Amino acid sequence: MAGQKIIKSKFFLEDDFLETLAEVPAEEVGAWKPDKKLKIVGAPVSRVDGYDKVSGTAQYTFDVSLPNMAFAKTLRCPHPHARIKSIDISKALKLPGVLAIITHENTPKIPWYYNTSYLFDPHLRYLGDEVACAAAESEEIAAEALKLINVEYEILPFVTDAKKAMEPNAPKLYEEGNIRGGKPSVYKRGDAEKGFKEADAVVEDTFTTRVAVHNPTEVHCSAANWDGDRLTVWDSTQAVFNVRDALARSLNIPANKVRVIKKYMGGGFGSKLAPGKYTVMAAFLARKIGRPVKIALDRKEMNLAVGNRPDSVQKLKAGAKKDGTLTALSHHSYGTVGSHPYGAGCSWPLRTVYQCDNVYVEEYSVYTNAGPARPMRAPGHVQGTFAMDSLIDEIAGKIGMDPLEFRLKNYAEKDQVSNLPYTSKRLKEAYKKGAEAIGWHRRSQPAGSSPGPMKRGIGMATQIWWGGGAPPAYATIRLNRDGSAHVMAGTQDIGTGTYTFIAQVTAEVLEIPIEKITVTLGDTGRCPYCPVSGGSLTAPSVSPAVHHAAQQIKAKLISGAAAILELPEDQLLYQKGVISDKKDPSKKIDITGILRKMQEQELIATGARNANPTGYTINTFGAQFAEVEVDTETGRVKVLKVVAANDIGRVLNWKTAENQFHGGIIQGVSFALMEQRVIDQATGKVLTTNMHDYKMPTVMDMPEIEAYVVSEADNMISSVGAKGLGEPAHIPTAGAIANAVYNAIGVRIKSLPITPDKVLTALQKARRVS
Amino acid sequence: MNKEDSEPKNISRRKFLKGVGTGVIGGAVLPGVLTSEEKKKTSPPHQGKVPLSLKVNGKAVRVLVEPRTTLVQLLRDHLNLTGAKVTCNHGECGTCTVLLNGKAVYSCHILALDAANKEVITIEGLLAGEKLHPLQEAFIEQDGLQCGYCTPGQIMAAYALLLKHPKPTTEQVKEGMAGNLCRCSTYPNIVKSVMAAAEKNAVKKGKGG
Repeated sequence: MAGQKIIKSKFFLEDDFLETLAEVPAEEVGAWKPDKKLKIVGAPVSRVDGYDKVSGTAQYTFDVSLPNMAFAKTLRCPHPHARIKSIDISKALKLPGVLAIITHENTPKIPWYYNTSYLFDPHLRYLGDEVACAAAESEEIAAEALKLINVEYEILPFVTDAKKAMEPNAPKLYEEGNIRGGKPSVYKRGDAEKGFKEADAVVEDTFTTRVAVHNPTEVHCSAANWDGDRLTVWDSTQAVFNVRDALARSLNIPANKVRVIKKYMGGGFGSKLAPGKYTVMAAFLARKIGRPVKIALDRKEMNLAVGNRPDSVQKLKAGAKKDGTLTALSHHSYGTVGSHPYGAGCSWPLRTVYQCDNVYVEEYSVYTNAGPARPMRAPGHVQGTFAMDSLIDEIAGKIGMDPLEFRLKNYAEKDQVSNLPYTSKRLKEAYKKGAEAIGWHRRSQPAGSSPGPMKRGIGMATQIWWGGGAPPAYATIRLNRDGSAHVMAGTQDIGTGTYTFIAQVTAEVLEIPIEKITVTLGDTGRCPYCPVSGGSLTAPSVSPAVHHAAQQIKAKLISGAAAILELPEDQLLYQKGVISDKKDPSKKIDITGILRKMQEQELIATGARNANPTGYTINTFGAQFAEVEVDTETGRVKVLKVVAANDIGRVLNWKTAENQFHGGIIQGVSFALMEQRVIDQATGKVLTTNMHDYKMPTVMDMPEIEAYVVSEADNMISSVGAKGLGEPAHIPTAGAIANAVYNAIGVRIKSLPITPDKVLTALQKARRVS
Repeated sequence: MNKEDSEPKNISRRKFLKGVGTGVIGGAVLPGVLTSEEKKKTSPPHQGKVPLSLKVNGKAVRVLVEPRTTLVQLLRDHLNLTGAKVTCNHGECGTCTVLLNGKAVYSCHILALDAANKEVITIEGLLAGEKLHPLQEAFIEQDGLQCGYCTPGQIMAAYALLLKHPKPTTEQVKEGMAGNLCRCSTYPNIVKSVMAAAEKNAVKKGKGG
């Protein structure tokens, strides 16, 4: 099989169209068609990294310990907005055990946050902004050293609320003002005003969501070690290559001198997509003191400084004809991105999910004096879907139509933004399956009519996300003479089963037992490039590259056997690593025999992800249905059951896929009912900096979950035909729960999280009105 | 076992006080460098160490630790048993769960000295050589994990639960596991793993039981 060629490729990542030139297979890779019966791919194979994780031997970055290692801690700004007037580290340096301290005064100006700031910026824009970093013999001594650093701050006026930050006299974080880019991001399709005039019914409402924090269990951490001019960094990251490049740039050394390793990581959910300042600081300190340096954030820092999901205030409007046809949709929103550039937009679902010719969108991303936002499991879509699907329920109710029927009436056959057809869309099947499984007919009619103080309701929401994957992504297979194999790919397994599906794809093609395959990931020094572990693009990007590499190995084996057996290739049959003559099965040779004759110790091939088809849009689709019980006396909402039905192309491993459905859904329950970062507006202090105050679900909060996949392989995407799942599993849960709560009590809660106080207040208000 | 060892509270308190009183090995105090105000502000790391005896995974361990050392620090930093993880360091999440005299505890929330003369079992202690405990196998089979970071804590909580209730109901499993956070939210499979292990009498069959 021939090698690679260069092509133009377009793909979507976290709200951005990216066009890249990519190296892809020169020839079409023999596809696994939907009807092809696969033995290992798709089967519920147990995780190949299971042993390491259950035995406690899995080495996470937090567990890395190096000889002669020093420890670093970061001094963070105690004020929401300040400027460093002076900084004196002399006393701290005299504390025995302190090895080095870096600040803006003794490090180069390293650009950070898209060139809006520096690694150490004397202009401190949030409570938690990095002021200095100290390395010492122990973490405790480093922490003591921080107390001895004398910083004189010029305290500046601050603003932590997005609405207040947009007012003309608000304290400014940047010269350009607090609205990112100085103006809103606007999207128009058709004529929304005209559409609203043509409508028989119009509804308008404002929905709000709060800032959520990723809080992965493994804290953000790095360990850096220099050998002369070569740097090795162990990092808890979702993107080893991004970290490598950030280190090379920051330290002004070539990329080949930097090796970044991430074997196992304790969760990321988007917070570990961006290279961290702490990583670069550890590398600086390690070079300065000539010893390895480890830096691990604590839980408070995790809640202040390493990202969050922006909040949102979304004013939505929908117009529809009596027959249910949507005539117009509009979305005006703003959200805080915190102290540094990020996007708070959340209108994508509204633009694309339902068929509507007239759409208007205006979104503001607002700077505030709070920790900077980062992508968090389906950025924008979770808050956007909650608001959009709440409004869709409202308008369906207004014209007296079943909410599911209304959604089917406005089913979009193509992508309305690009005006392109989808490679595949099985949303109708998802609606059908989900409605059946939850028992859609059982929902309260009218809303709130179930008897007694404990009221039950059923609601639904629709999911759209990209998740088609794209080049570049590579995988290298080394087939050993004994028939075992080693696969290397520069992606990361963040708990999603990447190690396992790579082994499965290899095992499927080469027909060798999965136990004979070892997978190495997350090592820029060993593995070929793969993209970040985000955007639900890992499986759809990496699995075809592995497939391509395995097919090349197989082709080499067949060609070797043909030469050895002196038979034409098409007369040979490949079965479980043995190649035989179709006519005379006694003429055969196995992998070991072929490699021995070839005088090879190993066969090596690198595969590449193919290009996506032009003229099509790739999306994942799905629907979730939730059943809740609301205690109208206490205001407590209990989610009883969630059904998910999704189009994710081919399922690579049902065991890990179902698990990911569970996780996405429970995190959705959590976003709907409990998670919120709370800032005291008067002092600018974050009040939720530990795992007690920042509420997250435990086993007691899990609903009954049923997950279904209604799709098959989509070979327009790749030879494997898989789409991503991580984000699709999470997107519609909160919206489905909000609609179920409405169905239960007949009063709509328009603000997440749906806490008991909000439920009781809304019920009280409704009683007063009636 | 000598007499002192059989009186854990006395010994640890006496040695603790002795350590504080006499064990300061210079260094942390900075005469002439810090003002008295700064000295108050800093409470320098105490370098006085006291002896500690306990049993970890069936083996007698004698170490010198600073009195403020937590049990998880002892396990991870002194004994290189890194299975237990520090996640919140506040007794809120359970990733540091180990068994102390047969009971599941948050090892970040217990001083190492409070484990004096007691028996600690960590995730590493469930293995027989390289062979997994049936409870650990159940977590693989039922896919009771995703990123795996909280898994050692989950398994130790499950182990304690199964010691107490060898045939638990689903509700008992949920109650027993409620102190262990899993941010990946693998909860349904964690419950399945524990139930499957109970079905196979995992704790009885395993080495630790």
